[in-house]
Amino acid sequence: MSEVEKVYPAGLATNIQKPIADPGIEPHRVRLTDKSEKAAKGAEQQIAVMFGISIIGAIIAIWGFVAFPIADLADTRNNTLWMGIGMGLSLLGIGFGAVHWAKTLMPDHEVSEARHQARSNDESRAKAIEIIKTADAESGFTRRKLIRRSLYGALAFFPIPALVIFGDLGPQVGDTLKHTIWKKGVRLVRDSAEGGTAIKASEVTIGSVFHVVPENLKDIEDHGEKLNQKAKAAVLLVRVEPSDLKEDPAKASWSYDGIVAYSKICTHVGCPVALYEQQTHHLLCPCHQSTFDLADHCRVIFGPASRPLPQLAIEVDAEGYLVAQGDFTEPVGPSFWDIRQS
Amino acid sequence: MRRRPWAIGFVIFLGLVLSGGGYAAATNVVQAEVSSADQVAEGRKLFLANCASCHGSNGEGAIGGPSLIGVGAASVDFQVGTGRMPGQASGPQLYKKPVQFTEEQISAMAAYVASLAPGPAIPDAEYLKTTGDDIDMTHGSELFRINCAMCHNAVGAGGALTQGKFAPALGGVTEKHIYEAMVTGPQNMPVFNDANLTPEDKRDIIAYLKYVEEADSVGGYELASIGPVAEGLFVWIFGLGFIIAITVWLGAKAN
Repeated sequence: MSEVEKVYPAGLATNIQKPIADPGIEPHRVRLTDKSEKAAKGAEQQIAVMFGISIIGAIIAIWGFVAFPIADLADTRNNTLWMGIGMGLSLLGIGFGAVHWAKTLMPDHEVSEARHQARSNDESRAKAIEIIKTADAESGFTRRKLIRRSLYGALAFFPIPALVIFGDLGPQVGDTLKHTIWKKGVRLVRDSAEGGTAIKASEVTIGSVFHVVPENLKDIEDHGEKLNQKAKAAVLLVRVEPSDLKEDPAKASWSYDGIVAYSKICTHVGCPVALYEQQTHHLLCPCHQSTFDLADHCRVIFGPASRPLPQLAIEVDAEGYLVAQGDFTEPVGPSFWDIRQS
Repeated sequence: MRRRPWAIGFVIFLGLVLSGGGYAAATNVVQAEVSSADQVAEGRKLFLANCASCHGSNGEGAIGGPSLIGVGAASVDFQVGTGRMPGQASGPQLYKKPVQFTEEQISAMAAYVASLAPGPAIPDAEYLKTTGDDIDMTHGSELFRINCAMCHNAVGAGGALTQGKFAPALGGVTEKHIYEAMVTGPQNMPVFNDANLTPEDKRDIIAYLKYVEEADSVGGYELASIGPVAEGLFVWIFGLGFIIAITVWLGAKAN
């Protein structure tokens, strides 16, 4: 049964005999400025005022630049404010004036152009096919198999150099996502631009929070590499009442007398998680409100993060300073597709 | 002889310098206050009348209030001095409200609580000054960004925490109360003891906060400093609104 013969139920039938009527072109509406000479004069004045505002804006911009010289950073406020207002008015004045001019006083002839049919006429189509056929016959594209097939081969190989180049755009990721510069015996030091000092366990009183980086971070000379390593190795050090900790027996040796250290990099998309509430032991990520229970191995208790913050196992060295027992045992930061194969 | 107008000005200036300087000298002497037994006794009376129902009759803590043994005078001075204590109602967080006690009464209660066990003391005035050659505001700003800005916002405008709690805005808070909050860690704020941030560090942080409180925002109107959300909303409503209005006007025919 063809589409035409199919019987539709009454509710879905379409009456093609009475399509929506073509509303035609709206009648031309004569503008006020065409009907009244007074209105035209008014519009002329309005346009002149707009161009005048533009001139005033330019003067304001010059005045702002001269009146608020930038001696120190705080002066930029008024300088940029008045320059911006002035230049904005200057440009907007020209634009508004030009548009108002075009709309009110320039001719408003209305022109309609009907769309032509998208399909070419039969004569043109036949001519086009004739051209293709002639070209095929003259070039021998169909007849000479060897040329045709070797051309296909050349076209297939042509993009391959691009693939090779793109594959070598940067260094391989390797295992950089899975390791940080924390090593056994590396001291925990305060995060500081000048290079922080080491932290003694006795200095971390209950309820204290220390923002920590590894001591060997300062040995990295290259600034970019230093920032990359800091971004992975940043740690939050907190002491809670030891009785408040709900520790997994296998990880009980990772803390020291209630002092715990966790990666500061959110496991969702890598924001620094450092909003610590000392009474609830909640650790909040400011970006997407992932909340971790610090007393329970940073279990996710709210938000989009999918795994706990990795814990850094710590101990105390002979001089009483806090040191790492080793690197994190799992990758820090956002999860990636083969994260478990570490 | 006719007096010259500037002579009167000079005499007034001299009088102000002498009386002001004398007052400063006198108060510096009084500063080294020692809590007397009378003060502790007075503090205990106030404590029993106003605090004991939650904190226990010896400050040992009870249902509804934590132990105050070892919290120190600084904690009492902060909590009562900002009106957070006596608590108004239980909830996620205690709010600032009008202070309920006089300075003497607060000092007496602080002296009593300090007598229970050693704890952080009310800070010395030398760590509360915000101007001077030894103050390094840049250092204070760096420390603030590392240790405080994640909750309190980079310019101390405050911010939200979990489940209805929040880090309050720091504008208008006295130097003493900022110092005491750092050293005692009120409510959910962590403690920043003197081994973590030395008294000089705390002084620099306070100086930075007082600077940003008074300095004009370099970038123009700061929209309460609450960051990209407020700024984004502003641009969405007013910026896009303006652009849409222009677009409508461009497409409309003249009358």
